[in-house]
Amino acid sequence: MQIKTVFAGFGGQGVLMMGYSFAQAAMFEGFHVTYLPSYGVEVRGGTANCTVAVSNEEIASPVASQPDYLVVMNNPSLLTFQTRIAPGGAFFLNSSIITGRPKRSDVDIWEVPTAEIAAELGNPRVQNVVMMGAYVKMTRMVSPESYLKSLKSILGSKKKAAMEINRKAFEAGFNHIE
Amino acid sequence: MSDKILIAGNWAIGEAAIRAGCRFYAGYPITPQNELTEYMAENMRRAQGGTFIQAESEIAAVNMVLGASSAGARAMTSSSSPGISLKQEGISALAADELPAVIVNMMRGGPGLGNILPSQGDYFQATRGGGHGDYRTLVLAPASVQELADLTMDAFDLADKYRNPVMILGDGMTGQMMEPVEFGKPRPRRYNEKYILKGAGDGKSKFVRALILDALRMEEHNWKLVRKYRVIEQNEVRFETYKTGNARLIIIAYGIAARIAKGAINRLRDSGMKVGLIRPITLWPFPAQIIRDTAERIDRFLVFEMSTGQMIDDVKLALEGRGHVSFYGRPGGVVPTPAELAKAIIQEYRRVLA
Amino acid sequence: MKKVFSRPRSLKSTPFHYCAGCGHSIIHRVICEVIDELGIRGITIGVPPAGCAVVAYNYFDVDMLEAPHGRGCAVATGIKRTLPDRVVFSYQGDGDLAAIGTAETFHAANRGENITVIFINNAVYGMTGGQMAPTTLLGQASTTSPPGRNAILDGHPIRMSEILSNLEGTAYIERVAVNSAQNILRAKKAVKKAFQCQIDGAGFNMIEVLSQCPTNWKMNAVDACRWVDEVMSKTFPIGVIKDTVKGRKDAD
Repeated sequence: MQIKTVFAGFGGQGVLMMGYSFAQAAMFEGFHVTYLPSYGVEVRGGTANCTVAVSNEEIASPVASQPDYLVVMNNPSLLTFQTRIAPGGAFFLNSSIITGRPKRSDVDIWEVPTAEIAAELGNPRVQNVVMMGAYVKMTRMVSPESYLKSLKSILGSKKKAAMEINRKAFEAGFNHIE
Repeated sequence: MSDKILIAGNWAIGEAAIRAGCRFYAGYPITPQNELTEYMAENMRRAQGGTFIQAESEIAAVNMVLGASSAGARAMTSSSSPGISLKQEGISALAADELPAVIVNMMRGGPGLGNILPSQGDYFQATRGGGHGDYRTLVLAPASVQELADLTMDAFDLADKYRNPVMILGDGMTGQMMEPVEFGKPRPRRYNEKYILKGAGDGKSKFVRALILDALRMEEHNWKLVRKYRVIEQNEVRFETYKTGNARLIIIAYGIAARIAKGAINRLRDSGMKVGLIRPITLWPFPAQIIRDTAERIDRFLVFEMSTGQMIDDVKLALEGRGHVSFYGRPGGVVPTPAELAKAIIQEYRRVLA
Repeated sequence: MKKVFSRPRSLKSTPFHYCAGCGHSIIHRVICEVIDELGIRGITIGVPPAGCAVVAYNYFDVDMLEAPHGRGCAVATGIKRTLPDRVVFSYQGDGDLAAIGTAETFHAANRGENITVIFINNAVYGMTGGQMAPTTLLGQASTTSPPGRNAILDGHPIRMSEILSNLEGTAYIERVAVNSAQNILRAKKAVKKAFQCQIDGAGFNMIEVLSQCPTNWKMNAVDACRWVDEVMSKTFPIGVIKDTVKGRKDAD
């Protein structure tokens, strides 16, 4: 098993954190992982993306020829990546702001209105974790427990309140998708 | 669960260096290795007796390392391609003075300012000495974050053992990429006190210098260095082979390019193509013997570099006319996918079968 | 009979290679006398430059590490930060310190590195054969300013001591000369104060020495000494330029 996911969106949407939190959760579960961020000029105010590879054996290339999953938070990223995803793969799409839909019938598409869900929780900044709830549920690579443990280690032990709202966000995203 | 932590390559170098006893770091910010400089700023001052200096230039940084090394500190500086060009004066001096130091180059696109994307265009500079004069630096080329950590620790030991600068030759991608790392146990330092300048005490004073005005004495110093380099060539060659057993075509690639090559090879193997990889881990000394030996049974080689073709010269020198060598290169910061590389390999493989 | 003059312990018995009348050998001796008097030979590390003093390690009987051209202050920084309880000095010429090594000098001074810099200003590149230095005087002929230094074409002589004195990190800077017995005694006092300043942890300190170069000035030794007084010191006035350690116990 080797699964590669691209997380993509605007800088500031917490896209790199999504990839990192997932990669760390997969590591906790004993998988081989690589996390490859875009960097430099392109992350200054523009789009950001990262590629996470998860495998039960050593990962040859951290660079993905055809990612299996695309977690996409904005329109430009959908345009950039929609043709690159492998047939049989899946899109996790932020339906709050993405107006277009991929013109492909060979992939699953999961729509998550992250802005609306986060607004209900009273914190627009947790949209990325809402999305991760849906992603973790449908991809079944890591358990919710591992993901929350990863999230906790990123937020640090000092920020109890932050962890609480993020846990709620994760659960809301997780429960949104059936 | 193991003690693995998910960490970026640039941080892994810094952490490994500190664990290996590096107590002096000087550097100048340049993308894509700023995370290393920042890591050292934050952590070196915490390490007992540790010094961090943000130098005014790459030249100053490497010369501070020269001073610190002579005074007995395990010392390191880091940069990316254009900055490494500036450091060559100091690297040449370290080699001439026979002082240990670790120099990290996280390569980016060039020549000139180029760009800040991953590239492998500094192979010649790294493996041919890089600065002026007859000398060599050991060059280690890690392909994963774990290997970055391991080779950083080894680099300090090798630098001490041979009293020679050692270069870690990574690239923008290995520096930025995160992978799980478990840090090895550092070995106790073995470095003869007699090489350290710390004041003469009541005894005879010493000096360390690179200037040798007398031609015959300078020549002897050159040959002395060469004798040391021969020992390094004998003892320190490192490489990895991957699926070479029944291969009919061998890819030769180093660093991140070798990771991409493995991805391509796995795809091709799935469709029955017998392709393998030789990955030099030391670029100098170059693993010429394994390539020569492999040519006894396989005569097709494809060199893949993220450059216009530099290591290919060493491959040809190793083969001494045996076999057939072709090349696939992506300079300028382009990182091909395994699928793209696989296409190039398939073309070559068809010729093998023909 | 009482011995009134001998070679300092810190000075090797090797005969100097310097030209007749050159200031370097005097300054070497002055530094070695100071090292002896402060009793710091065993803990002193010197950093000689590229230039006429490139083989200074043949004369100084202290540990020494030769710096690449211009990098004296960076190399000294590396040593001093690694061994803070040692006395570290660099010995640098005007091309070394004020042209190719300006950045290293300026920033070491700005960081307030606790080192001593002996800056030999002879207004010319000596070792390479008399080319224009950053400190060459206006109108002074050199092999690369044959009609004399022209402000418009060649720029002005740089007063490094004055420039560095503006930096917060510098503790003590004095310009001295070694062209007369009286000036040599003053120079020694200044060098001693500089080393003491470092021992006391006061920060960056530098002694600029106006040093006669009869060979490249194309003068005899006596005229060269006179030229320091009558011409050179008009552009580079001798005296204390910055002293933040005044009031401390005098080095004598």
